[in-house]
Amino acid sequence: MRAYLPAYEMVVPRTLGEALALLRDEPGVWRPFAGGTDLMVLLEAGRLEHRRFFSIRHLSELRGVGEADGEVRVGALTTYTDVRRSELLSRLFPMLGQAARETGGIAIQNRGTVGGNIANASPAADTPPALLAYGAEVELVSVDGARRVPYAEFHTGYKQTVMRADELIAAVLLPVPRGGARHFYRKVGTRRAQAISKVCFAAVGELEGESLSEVRVALGSVAPVVLRCRRTEELLRGRRLDGETLSAAAEEIGREVTPIDDVRSTARYRKRVAQNLLREFLSGLLS
Amino acid sequence: MTDDVTETRPESRDGKTSVRCNVNGVETTLRAYPFARLLDVLREELSLTGTKEGCGEGECGACSVLIDGELVNSCLVPAAQAEGASIQTVEGVADGERLHAVQRAMVECGGAQCGICTPGMVLAAVNLLNNNPDPTEADIREGLAGNLCRCTGYMKIFDAVVHACKSTEY
Repeated sequence: MRAYLPAYEMVVPRTLGEALALLRDEPGVWRPFAGGTDLMVLLEAGRLEHRRFFSIRHLSELRGVGEADGEVRVGALTTYTDVRRSELLSRLFPMLGQAARETGGIAIQNRGTVGGNIANASPAADTPPALLAYGAEVELVSVDGARRVPYAEFHTGYKQTVMRADELIAAVLLPVPRGGARHFYRKVGTRRAQAISKVCFAAVGELEGESLSEVRVALGSVAPVVLRCRRTEELLRGRRLDGETLSAAAEEIGREVTPIDDVRSTARYRKRVAQNLLREFLSGLLS
Repeated sequence: MTDDVTETRPESRDGKTSVRCNVNGVETTLRAYPFARLLDVLREELSLTGTKEGCGEGECGACSVLIDGELVNSCLVPAAQAEGASIQTVEGVADGERLHAVQRAMVECGGAQCGICTPGMVLAAVNLLNNNPDPTEADIREGLAGNLCRCTGYMKIFDAVVHACKSTEY
């Protein structure tokens, strides 16, 4: 435990309104603290530079999973355990439950939140590629009201987001997928739990005959941000799924990802695995 | 700072705050820095040293406790967020002198060597059986996946959980 504890403060606003007023009244001074599974790791390493936090864990306005008007709303404080237990999410967005199951372990899943995961903005996060593949939007709130941003536009660079200093993530919105969509999620890592991914792959595809009428492919750990592979999608859309298409798509995704060498893996391995997973996803659609 | 914000405001010059919670069935008021780890508060303020530190970053599960019935890594919980919580540590697993079925099974199956992971394993197993009284081997492996052991190779720990399930009382 390397932090100087007396320097850190936590206040507890009673309502979302009070929390947003705090962000407005003292811009840049206070930051939100939800499940703590990322921030406490930084604290313990002596690397939590910010000092003043407000706990949002109890704010009921940020909780809850529900369906309305053709979309599903996942409150920012939804924990991974909540995701796994949600019948609605299991039925409509199974990749979210798969990602949640492979995040940390049970103890982490009970505290970590979807909103916190997005705000932490790691390119290696497990749930975000699934959110990208599902075409998610993020709802941000401030004292001025709410705005929605396509999640694909939310991350602008390594650990950077479009959030303003006076905003909180309120929820993630997911358009209800059409029946017949196929989902494919794979997290490649050292262990089946408590591991950061070497590559994380999430894709949704809809077949019309032997062609893909719609496809979304997203990856984690292969770029400075979680990545929607739009060029690969563009190549695949409307094309007949044969050997030639699979090879062309694999080559394109190899160009679209920009992985690095780091403690967990190498750029070469990540590129190859991304290509292999794409092939596996596409081959699986035909069977 | 607006006056109507409920604050965990330090009441004395030392910067510590009061945290009211229930620990192993006992209503308790702790004094701690808001960002003190619950792990340290349990060990140092309450002398409940059964909960261990293995990694200090939520990766090993040695610090596992139950908060409001949920398994959590206490090294990742700031004291301020323990306000109003009902906490169970390994000291609260047995019912007086009567061991929990998981504890008896760990003894009978030889599930402990150095013992440092054992409290966390016990809490994880208790949590598993609270949620799933008849787990498969895969369920057991998943339920304990957040708890690392450097000594046993895990097999006798899993055996202990299986053994505990066969007990009719827990």
